[in-house]
Amino acid sequence: MNNKRRKFLKMAGATVLAGMGAPVLVKLHGTAQASADSEPAPAHAADSHGGGHGHGEEQNAGIRLGMVIDMRKFYDDEALLDEAIAACHLAHNVPDIDERKSEIKWIWKTGYGNAFPDHSHNRRSGSVENSAFPVLCNHCDNPSCVKACPTKATFVMEKNGIVSMDYHRCIGCRFCMAACPYGARSFNWQDPRPFITVYNPEFPGRNRGVVEKCNFCSERLGKGLEPACVEACAGTGAIVFGDLNDPESEISKVLHEEFTIQRRPAAGTRPSVFYIV
Amino acid sequence: MIEKTLKGKPAYWIWLAILASVIAVGWACYFRQYVFGLGLTGMSRDVSWGLYISQFTFLVGVAAGGLMLVLPYYIHNYKEFGRITILGEFLAISALVMCLMFIMADLGQPLRGLNVIFYPTPYSMLFWDMCVLWGYLLLNLLCGWVILTSERKQVPPPKWIYFFVAISIPFAVSIHTVTAMLYCGLPGRHFWLSAIIAPRFLASAFAAGPSLILIACLIMRKYANFDAGETAMRKLTTIIMYAVIINTFFFLLEFFVGFYSEVPGHMHSLQYLFFGLEHHGEVYNNLVPFMWIATIFNFVGLGVFAYMKIAKVFDYRLVGFGSVLVFLALWADKGLGFVFAGFVPNPLEEVTEYYPTLNEIGITLGIWATGILLLTLLYKIAIGVEHEVEQ
Repeated sequence: MNNKRRKFLKMAGATVLAGMGAPVLVKLHGTAQASADSEPAPAHAADSHGGGHGHGEEQNAGIRLGMVIDMRKFYDDEALLDEAIAACHLAHNVPDIDERKSEIKWIWKTGYGNAFPDHSHNRRSGSVENSAFPVLCNHCDNPSCVKACPTKATFVMEKNGIVSMDYHRCIGCRFCMAACPYGARSFNWQDPRPFITVYNPEFPGRNRGVVEKCNFCSERLGKGLEPACVEACAGTGAIVFGDLNDPESEISKVLHEEFTIQRRPAAGTRPSVFYIV
Repeated sequence: MIEKTLKGKPAYWIWLAILASVIAVGWACYFRQYVFGLGLTGMSRDVSWGLYISQFTFLVGVAAGGLMLVLPYYIHNYKEFGRITILGEFLAISALVMCLMFIMADLGQPLRGLNVIFYPTPYSMLFWDMCVLWGYLLLNLLCGWVILTSERKQVPPPKWIYFFVAISIPFAVSIHTVTAMLYCGLPGRHFWLSAIIAPRFLASAFAAGPSLILIACLIMRKYANFDAGETAMRKLTTIIMYAVIINTFFFLLEFFVGFYSEVPGHMHSLQYLFFGLEHHGEVYNNLVPFMWIATIFNFVGLGVFAYMKIAKVFDYRLVGFGSVLVFLALWADKGLGFVFAGFVPNPLEEVTEYYPTLNEIGITLGIWATGILLLTLLYKIAIGVEHEVEQ
């Protein structure tokens, strides 16, 4: 079982690598070669978004999928954000549990001060103060949850940098939940199935007793689709998804032009999700 | 030697029966949890570890505390501890069995527990914790059993056993150090992200373990005709006293760092523990009474031991009183506050308080009762052998 699933995940990664017809990810192929051919990490020198870092941090080479969330598109359109969340939770059979204690969420809304406690201060602009910010797994370049996991049930996919989960290996110790500085992980405190109204047969359900979180839609990427939340915002440019290590990718261009912030950069995890505030 | 557990006074059997019934309740509660899932506990998405992991953390300390008997006896040749060193080793066995049971109770998928061995992951501190806990358990079983067998036969223990006794000493330190590393290596949890966690754990362990042994000695003095000896007990109170002083000092350093620097992340958990944390107009303070009672117990316990030293008196009642206070204080410090407060506030600076459920408390008591039952049986064997030798 485990091997099969691992193989599947690897295959999904490889498909992304091959750039099989994924319109958004066309450039991925090129980068893989670029970073394989040249010395490690030449692209990062041009990485000008890292305003928070006093000195350039070393980053991993190879494809590293990331996301830019343009909050300017969400400030006046919270419904768009709701659609993105609904699309994600529908695609991944995320149960809808009302009780805060047991809730499971992959991408959700929170306040600016909650999302960015390190950037928080008491003189915020009105749009920042009053808007909902989407938060999700940051698919860190240096994930503390992966270090914590005693069974490698959560791991970085080498092909694309996604922090992935093996629901069949997870023993439910919840060490990763304690280790994540973003509160991105949820635990199945009970059988989730009664709380799933529409079941998507394309994505596996989970048992109780395992941890789960956003997977950057690895399964959709394998089929050449964009992540569900990105697709839900199609045409608005609210969420840009792509390879952070490819200087030619759309996301790299956005990051080059706009000033962005990351959640809790001081934790040293090097998140792959950026926000234009 | 196991046959020693089969003979006893009625009080012994009544005691075992009480423990057995608590264990039965624990199993019934665990069955419910096993069928439904960990949702039957008070743990939540925000406070994802509760009583199980906090008891585990505390009991690792109790296990490591046995070192305070082994080290003086075997390394410094302190003969007065000859009668009670075995109690330290047997306490370590019971405490470690409880630790492993608490870990199993906490797993969402207990049947997959062996994955930790099938997919060994050296960069995970939990993997190393498993290694050192099992290592220390096996070492104590081996050393305790071999040395007690030799004592029974009235021959000196075989030379080779001292090799294992010697390596059990760094192992005792390692179990609590690695347990501290589970916490102090996590970015984003300010309360735990402190280099003094491991030393603090060790200091409190070296007080909690010996105070439990003192309590056991007093009980056995009264009911089992076993006298640990006044000199040995006096020495233990000295050890406990210094360990409590060092632990208190380390804790106060945490306070200084938090409240002098005024870095919010370093203050929040301490505020939550001792003064209540105000958040959006609400005050969260469910641990405050526990922490202040623990503080009082800590200082009164310390005062009792200090009084005995300064006034040069020795009274079994005072020893018992001081030991119970110190043990309870350290239990509240590590078995409640340390783990729960690390999750407050959560990484999104929201506050969720943790209240264990009855089912969860039932399992916790069941595991404690299992450990105490095992301890009773092991001590019964140890005392039985000593009585046999004396005759």
